[in-house]
Parts: sequence; structure tokens; C-alpha cells
Amino acid sequence: MAEKSKPSPDRRQFLAEAFRYAALGTLGVIGGAAFAKRYRMVQDGKCVDSGLCKECGLFEKCYKPQVWQIDPYKCIACGNCATYCVLEESAVKCVQVYPVCGYCKICFGFFEPEPHDINEGAENQLCPTGAIKRTYIEDPYYEYTIDESLCIGCGKCVKGCNTFGNGSFFLQVRHDRCLNCNECAIAAACPSGAFVRVPADRPYLLKEVEHA
Amino acid sequence: MTNFRHITVTVVFVLILCSIGSAGAIRFPPPEFESGYELPDTTVPNPRPGIYDYIDTIVLVLALGLSSYLVLKKRSRKAIFALTVFSLIYFGFYRRGCVCSIGAIQNIVLSFFDPGYAVPFVVLLFFLLPLVFTVFFGRTFCAAVCPLGAIQDVVLLRPFSVPSWLENGLRLLAYVYLGAAVLFAATGSAFIICRYDPFVSFFRLSGNVNVLILGVCFLIVGMFIGRPYCRFFCPYGVILRQLSRISKWRVTITPDECIKCRLCEDSCPFGAVKKPVEQWPAKEYDRSKKRLALLIVLLPILIFFGGWAGYGLRTTTAKVHATVRLAERVRLEETGKVEGTTDASDAFRSTGTETSELYDDASNIRARFGLGGWIFGGFVGFVIGMKLIGVSIWRKRTDYEADRASCLACGRCFEYCPREHLRRKKDSTSQNITAEESDKAEFKSGGGR
Repeated sequence: MAEKSKPSPDRRQFLAEAFRYAALGTLGVIGGAAFAKRYRMVQDGKCVDSGLCKECGLFEKCYKPQVWQIDPYKCIACGNCATYCVLEESAVKCVQVYPVCGYCKICFGFFEPEPHDINEGAENQLCPTGAIKRTYIEDPYYEYTIDESLCIGCGKCVKGCNTFGNGSFFLQVRHDRCLNCNECAIAAACPSGAFVRVPADRPYLLKEVEHA
Repeated sequence: MTNFRHITVTVVFVLILCSIGSAGAIRFPPPEFESGYELPDTTVPNPRPGIYDYIDTIVLVLALGLSSYLVLKKRSRKAIFALTVFSLIYFGFYRRGCVCSIGAIQNIVLSFFDPGYAVPFVVLLFFLLPLVFTVFFGRTFCAAVCPLGAIQDVVLLRPFSVPSWLENGLRLLAYVYLGAAVLFAATGSAFIICRYDPFVSFFRLSGNVNVLILGVCFLIVGMFIGRPYCRFFCPYGVILRQLSRISKWRVTITPDECIKCRLCEDSCPFGAVKKPVEQWPAKEYDRSKKRLALLIVLLPILIFFGGWAGYGLRTTTAKVHATVRLAERVRLEETGKVEGTTDASDAFRSTGTETSELYDDASNIRARFGLGGWIFGGFVGFVIGMKLIGVSIWRKRTDYEADRASCLACGRCFEYCPREHLRRKKDSTSQNITAEESDKAEFKSGGGR
């Protein structure tokens, strides 16, 4: 009796083997399904279903590795980028897209709302770190360049430029700095949903000038 | 000065007029320069090339293979520790803890629920490879590959044992954590495993202060309680535990036979050494059988009440989703219950979307949390029920054994086993013998010529 109630080693081994195959099968199904997803997905409405490749008859890949980026048309320059990044110095910096810039003499991204004087004096500047360089080009145009080593990504200049100027200043994730965290801490804190995943081979969302 | 004020006021006025006329468009046409000035380019530094992902994967496979070899064949704690330190440096401080196998759970789940997201290849492999290795070799990933385990292993100073009732109770937290992580990933709300990863701030040497404090607490506790995160919180550990139960090969304390010397009894800082257990005493047998039957009947009830509670909490859990939070805020503002606006509600209004659309979105998400709550709560109920059943089953054991599920394969117990010392002595002498034999053979063949 006592011997019968104990499962024989063979049966135990068989059960373990069966469970093992079942576990491997489950992992295979999960892995396969996650892998197959890379061939069928929606990306900005572009790649709905890549279907079959015409040449080889196999599935065509439409998945690209992704990185975080800010959609400049959704960004409200709230200032969270400067504080929420896991890096001590945020990976988000302001960029200047020169073809969009109006080269204004009085730049509302550069000057305080009520400047004491129209010159490069620190007391007139909006940027808390003095990261924007103003250079005279020709009358009445001035060039504005951002020194990225000073920029903290607070977006003060972005707000100024968006409100009164062409919006050539805007925030972008700089990929030489970004760690590409699995969950971006800034994205989690972004109030306007401006953080998006973009394909790594086109990692910036730069504004473009619309030619008439 | 007054002149200048006047000019600014005029300029601002004109600009405001312009901005009303064409919001978002270019207000000042880009100038045509006469001085031959050329527009500079905006720099666009590229992200880390994808080839490094493959290097990471190769390092992972090598580390898993080496760890399994060291644990099961070589049986050397020193070598395992060396690999632990390597993993801490490579996956932790060099790769800064991202991407890790623990967090990869969420990516896999999200890819099944979000039509616009697919899992990167490296994340898929980081999720699958340790699981496959565990099915064959036990938790060798935990032993020396996972950087989170490694950082806790190196700070372990003076382990105190945790009573089994507390150990069993605290372990439930990991299941709840796994369930919650899956729920929030599936609804696209948050990756909570990444958000509350206590050690990633150390790996990056910067990060959120609260999480950093959490990490310091874990490390201080970890000096006296072996690997608290791994044992009581790790959601990936939950999966590894179950797979480790059915692993083909596993850690054995003794290399050959147990002589019941009791030397290994207190060797495990994680409470994974199981003592021999006598045959079930006849007088307790009937009572225990009844209790077991009761618990099995209780299981579906626990599942139901868990699910019901999870469903009841849907309005609370749904608040983790940003859209739901926004909708609630906007509703409060619209009904005049709060004064002022937030950045998020301002941003929402500037998009010009109807509030009813937002409310619909939010109630859809809440409904998903309702279904998810049933599943999540049911899962928690099931786990509690199975745990109760598990602790009520009496298993006869003749030898000192490493618990299949809890053993983290760190190899500390090897050193305590006298049979192990004997094996090592034998190994070294047999190596000498073979060396002598080969010397002799060489001598012979040399003499034959």
C-alpha cells in the first residue's frame, strides 16, 4: 500500500518532462506572437500590414527600433523636460532650425518680456543659463545660436519664440545624451502627450519651413 | 528709455495682431541675406547604433551559459561571485540597467495590447533567454547575470533568516506586483517596474530622489536580509520560480549523496535549504486532509472575491492612466469644482478637441480597467489560494535539498558540504594522477622510439 501511494520515479519524470515541454511551448508561442507583431503593426498610420514581400514571398518587416522624441507641434514648453529626466542634465535641449528663424532684431526667445535694453547683457536675457548666443549678421538681422552645453531644456525661449515669433526654437531629445529608458520619465510627466516613440533611423522631429 | 518702451509696445501690438491672423504659421518671413551669410545646419546626433543591441544579447547568452556551467558543473562560489561582479559592471553600470529582463515583461504585454507597438528584438531576447535557461538549468540568471540581484548580492553582509510564515506572506507581494505591472502595461498606462526600479538610479548615478531613497533602503535592508527585492518583489522572479520547479537540472547542495550532517542547514541566506521531513504523522493526517479539501473548495471563492475587488477598484486603478486623470481634471474645471487650470488641461483645450470625446475615451479606459481588474484580482486570489494549499501539503523529504523554486543558485551552500570538499580533493588528486599517467605514457612512447 505504502509503495503504491508514492508516485514512481518514472511517472514523476514523465510529468516533469511534460511540464517542461509545455513551458517551452508557451514561451515559444509568446515569443513567436511578439515577433510576428513586428511584421504587422500600425505606425503613424503608415505601416498597417506589411503583408507579403513581392520578391521572396515571406513577410516583410515593417518594425524599426524606436527612440523617444518630442513632437514640437504638441509641446507646450511647460518646463518638465528640465526636471523630470533621469539624467542630472536633461537629455532634452532646445534646437534652433535656422530656415524657420526670422532672424529678428528683437527675439522674444532671447530677450526678457521687458528688457532694460536691446543688447546681449545678461540682465536682458530670458535664458536662465545664457545659452543663446546673439550675433549680428546684417541690418536688421541677428543670428541666434544655442550653446548645447549650457542649455538645460527648460523651454523658456521656446515659449517666447512660439508666442511672438516663428517658433524656430523648440525642444528635442538629443540622442547623444538620451539613455532611451524603457519608460521615459519625462514622457510620463508630459502634460500634453508630446513624447512619442519614433523610428531610430529618423530620430528627430524637426520643424520644416513651408515654401509658398 | 520711454522711446524704447514705446517701440516695444508697438512691436508687441503688431505681433499680437499678426499672431491672431496666423496662429502657428511663420510670422516673419525668413530673410534673404545680402552679405552672403549661409544658414547653419541643425545638428542631429544619432542614437546608439543597433549593433550594440546584438553585442548585449551575445553577452547575455555567454553570461547565462557561463553561469549555468559554474553553478552546475564547476560548483565554485568564487567563480560565480566573479561573474556576478562582471554582470553588475556590464549590465548595471555600463549599460545603466536598461533594458533589463524584469522590465521586458511590460514591453511584451504592451505589444499584445497596443496595435502601434512592437517589441524590439533585443528586448524580446532579454525576456525569453533567461526563461529558457531556467527551464533547463534553474535560476542561474538570478545567480550571476541579473544586475539587480548582483547589487544586492555584493552588499549582503550578515544575513538573518526570515521566519517561513513571513517569507511566504511577503512573497505574495511579488505576485501582486507582477499582476499590477501587467495590468498597467496592458492598458498602456505606465511601466511601473521601470518607474519603481530601486537600483537603476545607482546604475545611472542619477535619478528621481524618492526612488534613490527607496534603493538605499533596499540596500541597507539587503545587508541583513538576503536579496529582499529578488525574494519579495521581483515580478520576473515569480515567473522564474515556476519555471525553476520543472527545470531539467538544478542545484544540489551535495555533489553525490547527503550524509545529513546538518552543516548546510544555515548556509543559505535566502532560506532555500529544505530540511528532511518525516512521514506524515497518522494522527494529523485526517485533520490535514480535511483542511486541504476545504482550501481547495475555497480556491474558486478566493478567485471570485479577488476579481470582484479588482473590479471594484477600477476607478482608482484607472487614475494611473494619464487620459483618465486629464478627463477627471477637465470635468472638475468644467463643473466649477476647482479654480484654475493645469498645464495638461490647458494643453488639451488648445487642441480644440471636444470634452465629450475626452470623457468617452476615459470611460472606455475605465471599462478596460474593469475587465483587467477582474483578471488581476482573480489572479491574486488564485495565488493566495494556491499558496495556502501549498503550505498545507506535507511532503516527505529524506535529504537536505535546495528548494527548487526559491534557490537563487548562488552556490553558497556548496562550501558547507563535506562531500563537496571530498570531491574537490578527489578531483585535484585525480588530475595529478592523470598528469602522472600521461607523463608515464610519454615516457613509454619516448622509450619505444
